[in-house]
Amino acid sequence: MNLNNQTNQKDNSFLKEVNQASGEKIQACYQCQKCSAGCPVVYAMDILPNQILRHIQYDHRERVLSSKTVWICASCYTCSVRCPNNIDIAKIMDALRNLALRSGAKLGEKEIPMFHSVFLDTIKSKGRIHELSLLIQLKLKTKDFFKDAGLGWKMFRRGKIKLLPSRYRGGKEIQEIFNEFEKGARK
Amino acid sequence: MKESSYYPGCSLHGTAREYDESIRGVSNILDIHLQELEDWTCCGASSAHCTDEELAIELAARNLAIAEKSNHELLVPCVACYSRFKAVEKEVKEHSRKVNFPYQGNVPIRYALDFFCDEAILEEVKKKRVRPLSGLKVACYYGCLTVRPPKVTRIKEYENPQHMDRMMKLLGAEPVPWSYKTDCCGASLTITRTDIVKKLSDRLLSMAKEAEADCLVTGCPMCQANLDTRQEEIEKETGEKYNLPILYFTELMGLALGHRNAKKWLNRHITDPIKVLSDKGLI
Repeated sequence: MNLNNQTNQKDNSFLKEVNQASGEKIQACYQCQKCSAGCPVVYAMDILPNQILRHIQYDHRERVLSSKTVWICASCYTCSVRCPNNIDIAKIMDALRNLALRSGAKLGEKEIPMFHSVFLDTIKSKGRIHELSLLIQLKLKTKDFFKDAGLGWKMFRRGKIKLLPSRYRGGKEIQEIFNEFEKGARK
Repeated sequence: MKESSYYPGCSLHGTAREYDESIRGVSNILDIHLQELEDWTCCGASSAHCTDEELAIELAARNLAIAEKSNHELLVPCVACYSRFKAVEKEVKEHSRKVNFPYQGNVPIRYALDFFCDEAILEEVKKKRVRPLSGLKVACYYGCLTVRPPKVTRIKEYENPQHMDRMMKLLGAEPVPWSYKTDCCGASLTITRTDIVKKLSDRLLSMAKEAEADCLVTGCPMCQANLDTRQEEIEKETGEKYNLPILYFTELMGLALGHRNAKKWLNRHITDPIKVLSDKGLI
């Protein structure tokens, strides 16, 4: 059976794009829904994981890339190990997040991609994640200054909050990695 | 004396400090010499692989290239770092992917739990155990990425892993049977979608409690942080009283091996483990 010619996938550029980006064969999905049945965060999703695969098969690019689902997925890989067709759904979610960021589509969740962007900025400037700097930068963006403040204080008193970032000498290499990434992102 | 390279990762220099301290402490007793990777940088964690595959691979490859300069295996205590490193190893070794750093996929990458569950190390633990953890009921919580995806971790028992349970028995503790060993705690959503993390963590806490565990044991800094630091808020919101200490397996190893700083590590927790452990006469 040639799975490449299944369903009405003629000229489906989105299916090809996601297959290529993830290295997976999304046309192999026959909607058994095992992925959604075992997903621990499915209740917070707007489109179920099995539905995401169906939408990709039907070329619904914008609907998929602007979904909450791609950001809510916690990458726990429960779906991937249970898929009877060996589709690595968690890996597909990664590819979809990458595509959503590059597509300029309106993102289904605001704070999660914002967190990732601040996280990467911290690596770019400090090489390592310094948790306090990361939280301050994030709070400057969300303007929610009081969330977890009490918890932060408790952690500080137990020596879990490091005040200054640690030093390292690999800054040039990290800059180069990010230069390449930013060049690619502009394409 | 066993030599090993050590990549602590960012959490162990911050919120998971007691994990770092207990790994170093236990290694010392077991005659394992840890050499921290020089000039290591962040593995990229969730944020890199959620943003760009190439970026995620290069950030991890930089560290693997440093590790590959020595002949030692690489000990990685954080599950997120471990998972990223293993994913890159697979790309390079199995898919001949080229990376911009001199990394060939040759350095053995060992997650801390797997590392300390080696037969030779467990033999040593058995010999040096001075205080068996008798009467302590533990829920062994493996979480997601220590076992999944098995094509990356090569773990055979990924739905019902047993290696931490075996180690706990060796320490003298009693692992309780429960069904949530590999369920997700919500991990990196803790800051942005705290509601999800609290819901998932609540289920784990209530199931561990139902299994009559005195504490929950993990080897993941994110699981530990979520279950420990969010516990009080969860108790307030649900009206349940869990009071369930969330311990690193290396802290319990340290306790059984009689490390003099074990209490200092345990004092860093938000949900107090001291009372439960002293009630059992273990501290």
